[in-house]
Amino acid sequence: MQAFKSHQGLVIPLDRCNVDTDALLPKQYLKCVKKFGYGSWLFDDDRYLDPGDVYTDCNLRRTNPRFALNQPQYRGASILLAQDNFGCGSSREHAVWALRDFGIRVVIAPSFADIFYNNCFKNGLLPLVLARPAVAELFALEQQAAPLMLNIDLQSQTLSRGSAESWHFAIDAGRKENLIEGRDDIAVTLDAAESIKHFENQLYREEPWLKTDIR
Amino acid sequence: MNNSPQTLYDKLWARRCVKSFDNGLSLIYIDRHILHEVSSAQAFEGLRAAGRKPWRTSGALATPDHNVPTTERELGVEGIDDPLSRIQVQTLDDNCQRFGIPHFALQDVRQGIVHVIAPEQGLTLPGTAVVCGDSHTATHGAFAALGVGIGTSEVEHVLATSCLLQRKAKNMLVRVDGECLPGVSAKDIALYLIGQLGTAAGTGHTIEFAGSTITSLSMEGRMTLCNMAIEAGARAGLVAFDAVTANYLKGRRYAPSAELWDSALAVWHNLHSDADAEFDVCYQFDAAAIKPQVTWGTSPEMVIAVDEAIPAPSTVGEKQRDYQSALAYMGLKPGQSLGEITLDRVFIGSCTNSRIEDLRSAAQMVAGKKIAPTIKQALAVPGSGLVKRQAESEGLDRILMDAGFEWRQPGCSMCLGMNPDQLLPGEHCAATSNRNFVGRQGPNGRTHLVSPAMAAAAAIAGHFVDISGGGK
Repeated sequence: MQAFKSHQGLVIPLDRCNVDTDALLPKQYLKCVKKFGYGSWLFDDDRYLDPGDVYTDCNLRRTNPRFALNQPQYRGASILLAQDNFGCGSSREHAVWALRDFGIRVVIAPSFADIFYNNCFKNGLLPLVLARPAVAELFALEQQAAPLMLNIDLQSQTLSRGSAESWHFAIDAGRKENLIEGRDDIAVTLDAAESIKHFENQLYREEPWLKTDIR
Repeated sequence: MNNSPQTLYDKLWARRCVKSFDNGLSLIYIDRHILHEVSSAQAFEGLRAAGRKPWRTSGALATPDHNVPTTERELGVEGIDDPLSRIQVQTLDDNCQRFGIPHFALQDVRQGIVHVIAPEQGLTLPGTAVVCGDSHTATHGAFAALGVGIGTSEVEHVLATSCLLQRKAKNMLVRVDGECLPGVSAKDIALYLIGQLGTAAGTGHTIEFAGSTITSLSMEGRMTLCNMAIEAGARAGLVAFDAVTANYLKGRRYAPSAELWDSALAVWHNLHSDADAEFDVCYQFDAAAIKPQVTWGTSPEMVIAVDEAIPAPSTVGEKQRDYQSALAYMGLKPGQSLGEITLDRVFIGSCTNSRIEDLRSAAQMVAGKKIAPTIKQALAVPGSGLVKRQAESEGLDRILMDAGFEWRQPGCSMCLGMNPDQLLPGEHCAATSNRNFVGRQGPNGRTHLVSPAMAAAAAIAGHFVDISGGGK
């Protein structure tokens, strides 16, 4: 997994609550069996005026000029700023892959849905939880002073704008470590293989009915 | 032994916690891993790329559901028209074969929606931890089991380690007491609670549903309720173990039998929150206040009782803009009554409402009647091949088809429209599924979430009707 230590990038605002994973990546793209290449379908319904599917050449589709992702001033943006409950709905990790493949490294919002939040960490993307007033402040700043460039330093848990303004953000230690190290969770868990085996043996002694051979 | 009072969630967590790390994460042992075609391919690919093998295959079960056609199945995977869907379903078949994962293939009578088939087979057992690469895994909490939806990376992690890295959630208690009005079902309770609490109330929490209203629900009803916990933001929903749970499980294919059944019962009887257990958050509701519910907007929290008027955005404070865009998308105006909406399609199915009790309730509502001429299509999609067979043995298929419903093969179908069952732009649908998001059932489709009885009554009338008066 790609590690995340610090990042500097351009902010793209999406002033909406409850951005669901269906909106991030609509169902027709979930039919792919690949893990990469979802970027041009991110926010597909908002981004394009005509419908599309896996077979459609996105370069030939009409784009919605009112949607921020299509606006020239946000080209190359890598920090998405949004409102509460970002990533709610389906568990599809494809939503995170679409953000990542589009070039988003950080999503800032007052709150995230649990499964989405978790999925971000598996893909080197930082879901940054910031208090509602601070998010409001960032939206206001973006309106007044676009392009808004922000710096994120994960080690010190700081979000800053130049040297003038900075905000502290919270993140739990385990997830932070894994992201900074770019750790392979599975390898870490397999380090505990002995504990798992021991647990398993004891479990089947105590709950032998769980030993099932499904046919 | 921990002597301080524990919630049901505390107990489930403690029972499956292999190891806790200093950084706040824990390894939770996973008893059951259910897989489907949409969220598993990349996980198997990851295993292959890293040269890893499944930790064990005995607790896993795979079936295709999201993508499968609900029409004829004679040709099996080859009969799937959409090449991408076909490849995806074929990939699941191949991966199961390669990695030795037990698999109910497309033509197996036991195939169906993941969250219908695992309980039906007696695989979802009290006290276990159940995961699936699907957010509605919360369903399994109805059995006093820890059911959590996971992403594809976690699917890979569980395949490789039989464990999930988790941070313990907070405890939330939602009590509902009293008797329900006629025509009010578990779905209405779920929608009502989401309307009251909001779609993010459960974020970071496990919700335990309790109270006399909840304990009087059948297992099907409890599954419907826990299924929707994720729409309230909670990754897991729970109902304590009791006689209803035991009666449902007894005799199921993979549930314990003979003396193992007795030993299991002895363990399961402890699967409830202790009397003095402390919850981080508690809510209490009165069942008598719940009328049949209908969503009008593009989030499950945008829900009202069938006899209420569509709210004005000005009444909702900071969510005003979201309400405005929802109204515009749905083509509705504040103050409008739900009965004014002309419905185009009706969908009875999904992991929320495709079990035998749901089909019975729909059939009862339409018996001897015909769907309104304005309804272009009414779909009844059983949750599994076995639910379908049971319904057919009870004659429910005939009743529904005589009324004008199409009787389909099991799958997720129009809940998310990954297969050909979709809404056309602008169409209004009374759906027994769980999400009314923008474009969920088809681009620019307009979903109204309701119970099976409400959907069936709406199919007959061509619009929503208040069935709490007895269906008149």
